[in-house]
Amino acid sequence: MQPLKRITIVSLLVALISVISGCGQQYTVLNPKGPVGEIQFNLIVISAILLAVVIIPVLIFFAYIVFRYRDKPGNKASYMPEWDDNKVLETVWWAIPIIVIGALAVFTVRDTFVLAEQPSKGVKPITIQVTSLDWKWLFLYPEQGIATVNYVVIPTVTPVRFELTTDAPINSFWVPQLGGQKYTLPGKALNLWLEAKEEGSYFGTANNFSGKGFTEMKFQVIAKPNPKFSDWVEQVKGSAPELTRKGYEELSKPGLVEKQDYASFPPDLFDYIIDKNGGQYYKENRKNEVEKAQ
Amino acid sequence: MLENVKKFASEFFVTGNTLIYAADISIVLTSLSIVFALTYFKKWGWLWREWLTTVDHKKIGIMYLISSLLMLFRGGVDALLMRTQLAFPNMEFLNSEHYNQIFTTHGTIMILFMAMPLMFALFNLVVPLQLGARDVAYPFLNAVSFWLFFFGAMLFNLSFVVGGSPDAGWLSYPPLSENTFSPGPGQNFYIWGIQISGIGSLATGINFLVTILKMRAPGMSLMKMPLFSWSVLSSCIAIIFAFPVLTVTLGLLFVDRFFGAHFFTLDGGGNPMFYINLIWMWGHPEVYIVVLPAFGIFSEVVSTFARKKIFGYKSMVFALVSISLLSFFTWVHHFFTMASNTVDAFFAVTTMAVAIPTGVKVFNWLFTMFRGRIQMKTPMLWMTGFIPTFLVGGATGVMLAVAPANFQYHNNYFLIAHFHQVLIGGVTFGFFAGMYYWWPKVFGFMLNEYLGKWAFWLWNIGFYVTFMPQYALGLMGMPRRSYTYGWDMGWWPLNFVSTIGAFLMGAGFVFQVWQIVYSIIHRQRDLTGDPWDGRTLEWSIPSPPPVYNFAVIPQVEKQDDWWYKKQNGSHRNKAVKYKPIHMPKDSGIPFITGFFWFVAGFGFTFEWVWIGLSGLIGVAVSLFTRYLQKDTDYYIPAEQVEATESAIGGARS
Ligand code: HEM
Ligand SMILES: [Cu+2]
Ligand SMILES: [Cu+2]
Repeated sequence: MQPLKRITIVSLLVALISVISGCGQQYTVLNPKGPVGEIQFNLIVISAILLAVVIIPVLIFFAYIVFRYRDKPGNKASYMPEWDDNKVLETVWWAIPIIVIGALAVFTVRDTFVLAEQPSKGVKPITIQVTSLDWKWLFLYPEQGIATVNYVVIPTVTPVRFELTTDAPINSFWVPQLGGQKYTLPGKALNLWLEAKEEGSYFGTANNFSGKGFTEMKFQVIAKPNPKFSDWVEQVKGSAPELTRKGYEELSKPGLVEKQDYASFPPDLFDYIIDKNGGQYYKENRKNEVEKAQ
Repeated sequence: MLENVKKFASEFFVTGNTLIYAADISIVLTSLSIVFALTYFKKWGWLWREWLTTVDHKKIGIMYLISSLLMLFRGGVDALLMRTQLAFPNMEFLNSEHYNQIFTTHGTIMILFMAMPLMFALFNLVVPLQLGARDVAYPFLNAVSFWLFFFGAMLFNLSFVVGGSPDAGWLSYPPLSENTFSPGPGQNFYIWGIQISGIGSLATGINFLVTILKMRAPGMSLMKMPLFSWSVLSSCIAIIFAFPVLTVTLGLLFVDRFFGAHFFTLDGGGNPMFYINLIWMWGHPEVYIVVLPAFGIFSEVVSTFARKKIFGYKSMVFALVSISLLSFFTWVHHFFTMASNTVDAFFAVTTMAVAIPTGVKVFNWLFTMFRGRIQMKTPMLWMTGFIPTFLVGGATGVMLAVAPANFQYHNNYFLIAHFHQVLIGGVTFGFFAGMYYWWPKVFGFMLNEYLGKWAFWLWNIGFYVTFMPQYALGLMGMPRRSYTYGWDMGWWPLNFVSTIGAFLMGAGFVFQVWQIVYSIIHRQRDLTGDPWDGRTLEWSIPSPPPVYNFAVIPQVEKQDDWWYKKQNGSHRNKAVKYKPIHMPKDSGIPFITGFFWFVAGFGFTFEWVWIGLSGLIGVAVSLFTRYLQKDTDYYIPAEQVEATESAIGGARS
């Protein structure tokens, strides 16, 4: 029995250490690479600690009670079958969750509003328009005039305003290391601010079920320092084909495709996609969103 | 001609891989053997007289119990298929379409056709007995509710064999669930299966609300009522507000699909967000609808087996009712990722607020055990398994409610781990505790404790092995509803562990079945009617109870009335004079109505309007027949009550 116990403990320790250190990189949510992800990571940590402070003692107390008050012969613990009320105790445990939840609520409300704003203030942001299709991601760069499919390149240390919509079922745009997701809704454009502070390639994924090819809807977010970013834009402009309206209709048909680059796209393409899905009913909405963002 | 038939058949029947054919064959064989057995043993008449036409709440409860355990099996097999597919990267066990159908039917079946009926089983089996009543308020309606649930579930399950299963998720968001993206009958099966059983659920909610408010034994004021009945009351209040929303939502979705309307598509001026708001206005309360009765069960179990009065009864009642009301103000937490920041902040706080009364309940349970004498019988074992799972599940629920952090957990495996933790650790464990607790009362024999302990430990350990790794997978970015993943993601080891856990839980279920079968064969009768030394009225009558439950309606003086009567010895029968007992007559109409609903649903699912309409006409005619019926009740003569009582009384030691 003893050796067995020791082996279990050692292997548990090994497992724990390998989880914390070696494979730590895989915990994308816990390895944020930008200010948005960092805010969210901090909240995760704060909430976990606040809750653990309550949960762990309660669990220990629970284990103690079950052990102490078992019904077995010779148990000397006190037994008070009629004791069912204690105002002081009850006040205490109404107070505990109220305090914890109250504290958490303060952080929550604060950061909910923080996240709606541009992350690094004072830096000129760029806008990228994102459309989820069946089953691929289209990225339009209105300022640069280029477009990509299934991967997106962004400049580092620059706030990126992703404008999200869909020309397929509702989806969700998620890049765990840069920050939490937002839905792509038909006929509407939602804003998502993200920013990468380091060069690198980040995993992005579709995160709201949208049918048969949903699982394959992964994309890469490649962050490059500004000069390299401009080089890349030039290179796409110089070498890639152009995306026509017809080419878009072809692209938007259900199916999977490889990564694509386009040197240009019809300038009204994003508006066209939004209106096609009913955006005319929401014109005002969109104008407000755009104004708010500027 | 032959060509046409062939073409029709290939569209009508689901075709595909060997897995499906094997399942089809087993369904056909099982059905055939049931028909054969019934014919061979000449049991058709018995089945009709004793079960299909019954309005006795105890028998209806048993039918709910059996159906829900069958559905647990079906949903469980779905779960194991999914976990098998995810055990290794790039598995080719299920393809994407098949996987999508399976998670959709798994989710729908587990919530609507497993958890709900298991809960209704316990409502039916226990509430009237706990209240000291002879029946529910509307016995005929109760039977109608059951058959609506049953035929709704049958219709939904039929999609597996004919037409094709729905595959747009258990809440079927448009536009994915609209005709453009989900043509064919699958989605209609979803709409009609849920719609029909949903109407039954609403009726059950009304029925038990009235039963609890009107049928309590004399002297049982609301503040002396057992906590399980209180939890049923709060659950019913939520049902009454939530289920009409579901009916309307699914109705509108069907109008979109069938008549080409645009309630939920923007291109015609509707909006999918309407649907998402509506479905969660039902969907969120729905999870509290199923968890509240579990809270009630735990309260009964903990005070019985800790041999102590429940701690803080008034707090418990207040918490139950406030949870059922608060649950209507949280629905947006399911789509923080599309709302505005103000809306998010508001719903984040309301969601966290639910944790306050819930947390208080946990403290009260702990203090009920504190200074008690805890007997580790199987029902209590499930209770003790519940506390840690629920504490952790509740905590991760609060973490999910932190809106900005939710953007990182939404729709990934962190969420899957959380909701299974509350749905399995809270709801399912709770209903199991209730099933084990009241089993001897309902069936008159004990379940084998030894096998029951095995079942418990397998479920409990299996649970942690399955779902703890999934929290980590969520933090690694694995989206829910992915049917596969690559080696490069590093998701394999944890997925593999999770699959092992799922099979451990499957083994737990096998032990439960074994336990039941074993206990039926080696029957250990409960002759006392009160095997756990219980506290509430249901333990004051013989097991199984006679049709009329109470020969003499008890007079209640206190909370835990039966316990105190036992303490002071006043429970021993004094000489009583029996009176004739008024009872409702059995009726075939509920079954027939349910059947016609099935026909209607089937017709509309395939858009065969004439079949659909004849089903609806059948429903109308059968209910009108009921309206014309005058002879719907009878009296059990006093002598017969006396004879029955002395017969069971004689059997009691
Ligand atoms: C017996 C152990 C169980 C296992 C191993 C299991 C496993 C799973 C798996 C693998 C998924 C699919 C995840 C995905 O791909 O998105 C899932 C989804 C789900 N499960 Fe379970 N499950 C179990 C029990 C339950 C129970 C008891 C309930 C409810 C009372 C439940 C409710 C759900 C729901 C609502 C979904 C979501 C379906 C959807 O995404 O549309 N499960 N489960
Ligand atoms: Cu909810
Ligand atoms: Cu939850």
